[in-house]
Amino acid sequence: MPVSSPSDREPILLQATGLRRSFGERVVLTGVDLILAEGETIAVTGPNGVGKTTLLRVLAGLLRPSAGEVLLDGRPVRTADPRSRAAIGLLSHRAMLYDDLTLQENLEFVARLHGLRDPRKVARDSLEQVELLARAGDSPRTLSRGLIQRAALARALLHAPRLLLLDEPFTGLDRAAAGRLRALLAARRPAGLGTIIVTHQLDEARDIASRVLALQAGSIGSVAA
Amino acid sequence: MSSPPPGALTAAFIIAGKDLRSELRRRTALVSAVVFAALILVIFNFARDPTSLRAEQLAPSAFWITCAFAAVMALSRAFAVELEHGALDGLLLAPVPREALFLGKFLGNLVFVLVVEGITLPLFVLFFNVSLRGALPGIMLVAVLATVGFVAVGTVFSALTARVRFNELMLPVLLLPFMLPPLAGAAQVTAALLNGRPILESAGWLRLLLVYDITFVTLSLLIFPALFDE
Amino acid sequence: MTSPLSPSASSSFPPSLTSSDPRAAARRALRTGRVLTSIGLLGVFAAYVRAIAFTAVEGTQGPAQKIMYVHVPSAWCAFLAFGIVGICSGLYLWLGDRRLDTFSEASAEVGVVLTALVLMTGPIWGKPIWGTWWQWEPRLTSTLFLFFLFVGYLTLRRAMFDPAERARYSAVVGILGAMLVPFIHLSVYMFRTIHPRPVVLNPEGPTMPGSFVATLLFSLAAFTLLYLGLVTTRYGLGRLRELREARHVSAA
Repeated sequence: MPVSSPSDREPILLQATGLRRSFGERVVLTGVDLILAEGETIAVTGPNGVGKTTLLRVLAGLLRPSAGEVLLDGRPVRTADPRSRAAIGLLSHRAMLYDDLTLQENLEFVARLHGLRDPRKVARDSLEQVELLARAGDSPRTLSRGLIQRAALARALLHAPRLLLLDEPFTGLDRAAAGRLRALLAARRPAGLGTIIVTHQLDEARDIASRVLALQAGSIGSVAA
Repeated sequence: MSSPPPGALTAAFIIAGKDLRSELRRRTALVSAVVFAALILVIFNFARDPTSLRAEQLAPSAFWITCAFAAVMALSRAFAVELEHGALDGLLLAPVPREALFLGKFLGNLVFVLVVEGITLPLFVLFFNVSLRGALPGIMLVAVLATVGFVAVGTVFSALTARVRFNELMLPVLLLPFMLPPLAGAAQVTAALLNGRPILESAGWLRLLLVYDITFVTLSLLIFPALFDE
Repeated sequence: MTSPLSPSASSSFPPSLTSSDPRAAARRALRTGRVLTSIGLLGVFAAYVRAIAFTAVEGTQGPAQKIMYVHVPSAWCAFLAFGIVGICSGLYLWLGDRRLDTFSEASAEVGVVLTALVLMTGPIWGKPIWGTWWQWEPRLTSTLFLFFLFVGYLTLRRAMFDPAERARYSAVVGILGAMLVPFIHLSVYMFRTIHPRPVVLNPEGPTMPGSFVATLLFSLAAFTLLYLGLVTTRYGLGRLRELREARHVSAA
């Protein structure tokens, strides 16, 4: 299996080797190898159902791979080890927010779960960075899809993760909202943050990703420019 | 990373706090549970032959059956809130142990059910014209002992059935057998206390409830992570 | 070496049952099961013959008492069945071998039938003696709750479709259920009872005549054998079905 590697000499942030995952008798990932450098953004593309979400969930430590290993900053990411998830942020299909809490309260909750000092300030700063401070006191129920995605992004970046995983972030967004999201992703780049965007809409990711990987038949196939 | 993630107990309090704050804001679940309990008590009164059974004989059973149904109702919504917007994933992503998720939900559910029982008790005293006669501390003790036991198992089953079909039916079907020991004990002890018997006479039941609690809280805590071990 | 299509083999299972060909192993289980079931059935039949023809009629209860030779062994096997569900569930969560889940399911299906048998023979035995069809006495009540536990376990399984998730979730229910059984016994015993006092496991020694005890123990052994045979057969069938589904999935 060709190992896709970064072209420059940045230190390696994420290294996944031989990832396999089956559901019952259905094999989804047959052996994925992946290397992500610090500060790099890559896109993973592929048709529906090929296993992109599964791959992301394994990288995030939510799913246990049947075989293989994920190393983040040299330390293994394991579902059984909660601390190994501390440096990972995930933006998934669903926003992971509570309708009964305001945006501010939602983010404070996440901040507390990560043990961050001064959760209130961290939440406010995070909302400010995604330009949602004006809606801090509103419930997610009142937000449009585009705004919810921004709130979800704030949630994913709140604890200053080292690795950001995005699962089809542009789905359901109109051109303007997608543009805003892209701008936010391009602008907010803390040093060393590695990003993996899973998308089947390549044109959306092209200007932010430096490499594009294709997931085919359960493993990384060709490397597109 | 500057600060370490919280330990299991702290995380549990954070989660329980989030649940209780949500609940206080909307109060729909609490109000529904209390109204439900009140309705059952009222129906109990009308579903009996007024000449044959004195209210006092029916009272302890009526109270505890009411609490059981209200508790099952409460538990079925415990994980439902996590399914909207996929918030459960958010909890699973947090750098806290799965046990913290159990403890947090367990504490939140326990407080909720105890509050419902606390509101139902005066209603029960009112409707069934029961004189508590100094039995209150004993009843509160047995209420806590009984509730801890079935809320622990109920929390596990609530998480389990949240993602299963027909979950409104599955939860009672799975949970009700587990309510036999706590309910039997609670009803027997309540009846004895209301009849003026000293609490020491019910020591056997109280011991059973305590052992039940220790067994099932521990077992539930240990087994809960298996539900999410994907 | 296992292909991606064979279930996760675990070397912790007894070596005689591990093989590189799971279908052969499943068919072996099926054959063993059928043999055991046949022996068990013969044993049960022999026990009846002995009970009806060669064991004396009990003085106070009359011929109806002979139901005991069906009722008591079935009850014993029913509780054994759930105990096995509990043990296999625990082992599954620990070892992850799917065969443990299949065996657990087999035990539950046989167990629910046995429990239903107990709940039917109880009233048949009891009516002539108690005067009512049902009594809330400890052992019958415990068995009733065992029935609910079995039904809950099997109903949950039917509502789930992903095999790994179904196995994990039913294992959780199995373990909790098995732990509950002793508490049910204790709770129910603290109520009044009119069930015949324990006759064999009695601190003063068996209060039945020797021949009764002998027939009962013989019937017990026969029923246990029958239970083991049925479970093994059902296990073999379950494994064959799983393997067949695996082939279909891979072919799709």
